[in-house]
Amino acid sequence: MSHEEVLHSHEGHGHDDHGHHEHHETFLSKYVFSMDHKMIAKQFLITGMVWAVLGGLMSVLFRLQLGYPEASFPWLESILGKWAKGGQITPEAYYALVTTHGTVLVFFVLTAGLSGTFANFLIPLQIGARDMASPFMNMLSYWFFFTASIIMLSSMFVETGPFSGGWTAYPPLSALGDASPGSKSGMDLWIIAMALFIVSSLLGGLNYIATILNMRTKGMSMTRLPLTIWALFFTAVLGVLSFPVLLSGMILLIFDRNFHTSFYLSDIFVNGVGALSNEGGSAILYQHLFWFLGHPEVYIILLPAMGMVSEIMSVNSRKPIFGYMAMLGSLFAIAVLAFLVWAHHMFVTGLNPFLGSIFVLLTLLIAVPSAIKVFNWLTTLWRGNIRFTPGMLFAIGFVSLFISGGLTGIWLGNAALDIHLHDTYFVIAHFHIVMGVASMFGMFAGVYHWFPKMYGRYMNNSLAYIHFWVTLAGAYLIFWPMHYEGLAGMPRRYFDFSIWESFKMFADLNRFISTVAMIVFAAQLLFLMNFFYSIFKGRKVTTLNPWQANTLEWTTPIRPGHGNWPGEIPEVHRWPYDYGKDGQDFIPQDVPVGANESHGH
Amino acid sequence: MSLYLSIAIIALIFIVIFQIAKASEYVSILKGEEESRKQNNKINGFLMVVFLVLGLVGVYLCNVYLYPKTLLAQGAASVQGEKVDQMLFITLAITGIVFVITQILLFWFAYKYQENENRKVFFFAHSTKLELIWTAIPAITLTVLVVFGLRNWFFFTGEAPKNAMVIEVTGKQFGWIFRYPGHDAIFGKKYYKNIDPATNSVGIIWDDKYSQDDILTEQTMYVVKGTPVKLIIGSRDVVHDVGLSHFRLKMDAVPGIPTTMWFTPLYTTKEMREKTGNPNFAYEISCDQMCGNGHYSMKGIIEVVDQEEYDLWMAKQKPQYYTAFPDKDPTAVPAAATTDSTAKVASAKM
Repeated sequence: MSHEEVLHSHEGHGHDDHGHHEHHETFLSKYVFSMDHKMIAKQFLITGMVWAVLGGLMSVLFRLQLGYPEASFPWLESILGKWAKGGQITPEAYYALVTTHGTVLVFFVLTAGLSGTFANFLIPLQIGARDMASPFMNMLSYWFFFTASIIMLSSMFVETGPFSGGWTAYPPLSALGDASPGSKSGMDLWIIAMALFIVSSLLGGLNYIATILNMRTKGMSMTRLPLTIWALFFTAVLGVLSFPVLLSGMILLIFDRNFHTSFYLSDIFVNGVGALSNEGGSAILYQHLFWFLGHPEVYIILLPAMGMVSEIMSVNSRKPIFGYMAMLGSLFAIAVLAFLVWAHHMFVTGLNPFLGSIFVLLTLLIAVPSAIKVFNWLTTLWRGNIRFTPGMLFAIGFVSLFISGGLTGIWLGNAALDIHLHDTYFVIAHFHIVMGVASMFGMFAGVYHWFPKMYGRYMNNSLAYIHFWVTLAGAYLIFWPMHYEGLAGMPRRYFDFSIWESFKMFADLNRFISTVAMIVFAAQLLFLMNFFYSIFKGRKVTTLNPWQANTLEWTTPIRPGHGNWPGEIPEVHRWPYDYGKDGQDFIPQDVPVGANESHGH
Repeated sequence: MSLYLSIAIIALIFIVIFQIAKASEYVSILKGEEESRKQNNKINGFLMVVFLVLGLVGVYLCNVYLYPKTLLAQGAASVQGEKVDQMLFITLAITGIVFVITQILLFWFAYKYQENENRKVFFFAHSTKLELIWTAIPAITLTVLVVFGLRNWFFFTGEAPKNAMVIEVTGKQFGWIFRYPGHDAIFGKKYYKNIDPATNSVGIIWDDKYSQDDILTEQTMYVVKGTPVKLIIGSRDVVHDVGLSHFRLKMDAVPGIPTTMWFTPLYTTKEMREKTGNPNFAYEISCDQMCGNGHYSMKGIIEVVDQEEYDLWMAKQKPQYYTAFPDKDPTAVPAAATTDSTAKVASAKM
């Protein structure tokens, strides 16, 4: 079947089908086991938000320890029990909090919560499809994620505690229950949760790819896709190619833990236990497998944010995104390079120096497409007519953070500097700014921008403005000074610095950072209040296209049903960025090209 | 009690902010949505410049306040460290310039091109020339950094000089063990199943003739100012990392796979105490790889001394062999201990 035929047959099919759906919807099929991509997106979003709150709360707790190592807080004991005896968090609990914070934020919030939400929500709406290629697989993807979430949550209640060896879970620490209590049953649950999570993201990813390649509406050629879709496409490809490697690494870890194999273990003597029989394994092998996913994972998190920022920035500057093809090319370059740089996380593991030098070169090469993206965003703003909607503010914030965090990547990617800065607070500052906060900003931008499409109501602007400015200023106040701690060599994952002559001079600074972190966390609650209040009580959307945007999702009804368009799916005649063309403010994608229109994209 | 009170106060603050925000929404409807949207646009546009200015001032103040606290201010304590610092400054200069320019452009554009009814936007979809410029400039700049970086990288990871003093470092939960090869300058072989925490903490094979003069110490390592030191690094249990912040180097300690690192210390501990004005100054070894609940307390000390002092210290050390087998120790008084130590030898062989 040719490409055209697929499009047509699907269109006709979808048209016939429609209407049936709304008749037999029950509560269960509409809100719980839904196969509507929009509902699944909301499920991902809200589960992600629950995890974001839990993960954020964990960071508040361990920042409390870092900021006030000497103080004791009796109320901590009442909520944490034996993990905070006498009102002071124990090292065990501290490490469990740090580990779970990392795992949850990286995987459950910024992978599932971000690309799960927006890939599901935007792909069918923006390419002009009635749903995903396989709505059932899409539903499964969410429920695997949900199950993973439940198991991860339950690991926090086992007697020996949740896993506490860092989110990267390097063996032998993660393989030996005798080396750390968190590596006992807490770690088994952690691995199972991660395995289910990987299944979820593979089911999702395959679906996104299939949908984008096969189900675009008539006229929607690949180069007429909004950049959001391109970003989500590359994200899905990265995930599908790299997550299986992590899964295999985890399976080997399960074998080492439970079946006495020696993939990662060799020459080990554990205090109080004695010499283990394992010989011949390599602890470094795990790091290769982990980072082969781990580095693409950074882009799995970042690319959807980049895509959404490009779209939102163009809409609100009332100006086409500058250099569409360059944006696309740089996305592609980043996606390819993402697979060739993993060992820059391993410069100080005793890696062959020659191999290290290749990874330096490839890593710094990523700065080129990143720079192209930044300059293109700046040029998009230049001579535009900017509307500061909350989504736009967060998009601008994203670019600022991406610049700040991206530039420190040039430091860390250079092995000769990494040899000093590796595993210090400089790294914490770098990846929290560029991957953590920046992607969060992308996510906030997306939520504020597409909320009217999701719920048919607006969020409150004043709250959004407060949320934005507090979060942007707070993010810099928290993470900027951490660079200085890192330059002093202050190591990450330390429970207490007071015994270190080399690092204890930062005690005041740590207290400052902790205080700001708590305020910024509180500001996120404003967002939550705004979000949930607006779902039910927000100002109603009264026009189809509140942002006056070009993309197809704004041609659907204000509250689209399952199937998205009540009639036929609109045909696409142009690229999505005709803003300010020929003196017209905007020309939606479904408007045919006029007779005397100037030649555009 | 005070907990509930503070929760109540925080909740109250939230409700107040929330009510104000809701009220502002009603006001905006009364005023006309278009009108209030424009007003908000002006406010946010203005805040963009405010943020830019305050941000740049903040960056400057942060540097004034924090730079003296970083170890950069006191200078690196090794030949390698000085090269790292030099590279840090080159990288800082390049990325710093880019940082300032791009952030200014970002927030300035946001302010300058905020919505204005009279402005006609410039339909500017692409320009091959511009795109080539900002592909080429980063590429050239990065080449410079890569060349500098790799020259240093190969120096750091290259062979240690012939005259280097060789010390073996072993990490364990949660401390450091150091082994010196003794007079023969060759380490005895070791096998992890020989480890006995009391007498043979790294698992030396005593049958190896090179092993009998090996010296073991814990927590503190002595090295000589100006003499290159080569560390052979290993771990006994999980992955650790020898982090030397004053020397600006670090290297993982991996069980089963030895790694190496070398450096040339430039100042003795005493000289650094004077230089930094801190009478408690110490070259600390921090474990920089998560290794369990005691990770944060896994501290070792490097004493950098001059040759004379080192020789005095070394003369006082006793080979570990004699600790494991006190009866073989020529300096000890043989007698009562004999029966006791044969029992120990028997148990060690089992």
